[in-house]
Amino acid sequence: MDNSICSFRDLQKLSRKEVAGPGVKIAVLGNCSTQFLSQAINGAVKNRGFNASVFDADYNQIEAQLLDRESELFAFEPDFIVLWLSTEKLYEEFLDEDAGKRPSFAERYMAKILRYWELAGKNSKAKILQFNFTETEDKCLGNYSVKVTSSFSYQIRKLNFILEESMAENANVFPVDILSLQIRLGRDKFGDAPLYYNAKMTVSINSLPYIAKEVAGIIAATKGSIKKCVIMDLDNTLWGGVIGDDGLGGIEIGELGQGHCFSNLQRWLKQLKQCGIILAVCSKNNEETAKEPFEKHEDMILKLEDISVFVANWEDKASNIKLIQKTLNIGMDSIVFLDDNPFERNLVREMIPEITVPELPEDPALYLDFLQKENLFENIAFCGESADRTKQYRAEFERKKAELSYESIDEYLKSLKMVGRAREFEEVRFQRIAELTQRSNQFNLRTVRYTKGDIERISKDDSYITLYYTLKDKFGDHGLVSVVILKKIDETSVFVDTWLMSCRVLKRGMEEFIVNTLVDRVKEKGFKLIEAQYIPTPKNKMVEHIYDRMGFTPVGEGNYRLNVEDYIYKPNFIETE
Amino acid sequence: MDRAQAYEKVTEIFRDIFEDDEIVLSDETTAKDIEGWDSLTHLSLINEIEMAFDIRFKLAEVQKSKNVGELITALLSHVGE
Repeated sequence: MDNSICSFRDLQKLSRKEVAGPGVKIAVLGNCSTQFLSQAINGAVKNRGFNASVFDADYNQIEAQLLDRESELFAFEPDFIVLWLSTEKLYEEFLDEDAGKRPSFAERYMAKILRYWELAGKNSKAKILQFNFTETEDKCLGNYSVKVTSSFSYQIRKLNFILEESMAENANVFPVDILSLQIRLGRDKFGDAPLYYNAKMTVSINSLPYIAKEVAGIIAATKGSIKKCVIMDLDNTLWGGVIGDDGLGGIEIGELGQGHCFSNLQRWLKQLKQCGIILAVCSKNNEETAKEPFEKHEDMILKLEDISVFVANWEDKASNIKLIQKTLNIGMDSIVFLDDNPFERNLVREMIPEITVPELPEDPALYLDFLQKENLFENIAFCGESADRTKQYRAEFERKKAELSYESIDEYLKSLKMVGRAREFEEVRFQRIAELTQRSNQFNLRTVRYTKGDIERISKDDSYITLYYTLKDKFGDHGLVSVVILKKIDETSVFVDTWLMSCRVLKRGMEEFIVNTLVDRVKEKGFKLIEAQYIPTPKNKMVEHIYDRMGFTPVGEGNYRLNVEDYIYKPNFIETE
Repeated sequence: MDRAQAYEKVTEIFRDIFEDDEIVLSDETTAKDIEGWDSLTHLSLINEIEMAFDIRFKLAEVQKSKNVGELITALLSHVGE
């Protein structure tokens, strides 16, 4: 068993305690016995710092709970509904059917799941955590089974595939890939036949903590706990050997020595970058020496343009990491630090407790496998190619340099030739808007998290006024940088439900630009008052006084009010497009 | 492993699961004698014993052991298998 995994007993004990932290309500529905899974999830979610309460529907109560609008499930008002349809039960249903109907099993079953999602969506706001299907070894025709459409092996694999396709179209459904856990632990360990026949529990008790950890990770990710950056050491981490000693021809990458493992690690890191993770380098080296492989070694997968911030010097790593974090303006807890050297790892952990430092195995052949099992990059959205923001971070580096060459900040801001734009939410932007509500922690007044599905609903709802902002300048396009959601309270007033902004555009006059256009929009729509609120979190202190600065009147307890007629427009250097 | 050693280890497991350090087991102890020993806790108990002794009970043993004595006998029959 893996050390980073709690035992089921520990989770069970934790599940009975209360923890200080935001509450989360989770309902567990299954076609198998789920009591132990519910306890494990409860404990694992508490382990992540959320005070979980869990409703466990009894064995096989899915339809009864979902069909009845007044069921215990809906009365519980869950934030999450865990839906576990176990393969063991499907297998029995499959075999009980007429043989002639079996080739359409997967499609019919998917239709049933879609109906579950629809019913859940109709009667609650819960996000659905959908388990995929584990595999069995039916072998009714031996290996030949997998090419026979009426075999269970064929249908369960097909069902997994069409489930993935359907989930891709449902923003409110989040996959729990228990199949990958079954593969990792092995079918013999993952299941427990006597337990199933005794108590209708389809996985072994010792596998439950693995499943629960994944569920808790997804829930934490929906609450904003997402990794954004990997800071990498170089020597013996990204290539074998020491560039300063071994030279360009001596380091192991590509076909030389152990080079293949480093190449594959780099391939995977490059993919992370394409998925929106920022890559940075922190190395004890001369900068020129450290950059040489990136510039000249033909087997290097990672190139200089893949690295957003490159720091190579002889300072201690903790200080350098702090520097990188400041440049990128992201939370320390969203950073992963990779280093082969246990001494450096401990130093960094000691100095920066919030950062994640994986305990890489000694053998580089195991690096990649280890990191993949750790599952550090749980995410709840993917916005395609636009996810890669390396260019923007590199442009930011150029801006920082330019800033230093101007006499005054105003001179500098003028020279940027900034152009801003405010628009109502549009469909093509839903994904990015949702992502920002999930990821922004610092410049976020109320830290309300929304999924793509929520954003879609809000944009169609007449009781909301929505705005998103883009900003560009002579160095490049920042893209979508700010989101504002106003909720109409009555005929004359609106409430700022959400205002968040990317920290990359701080101190450019963007806040002023936003409030100016916001007030215009509110006036246009015929409202007189803007009510606003600041909800403090451990991370958003930077905006504690923003409403004071913008001329809102404090009315106590973090609440503010602005009469739009009294608003004095704030000067800035951003042109409207 | 003899019966007394098995008893000692199983008693520890019982005390942990039922959170009661005063539990004393005998061959005649049944679910009625111990507060909280329901069908669900029984499964958890079986799992802990299986892990501690590195054994697997048969389905029939899990379902049919009427008292601690029978459970220990079944357990010992698997040890060293």
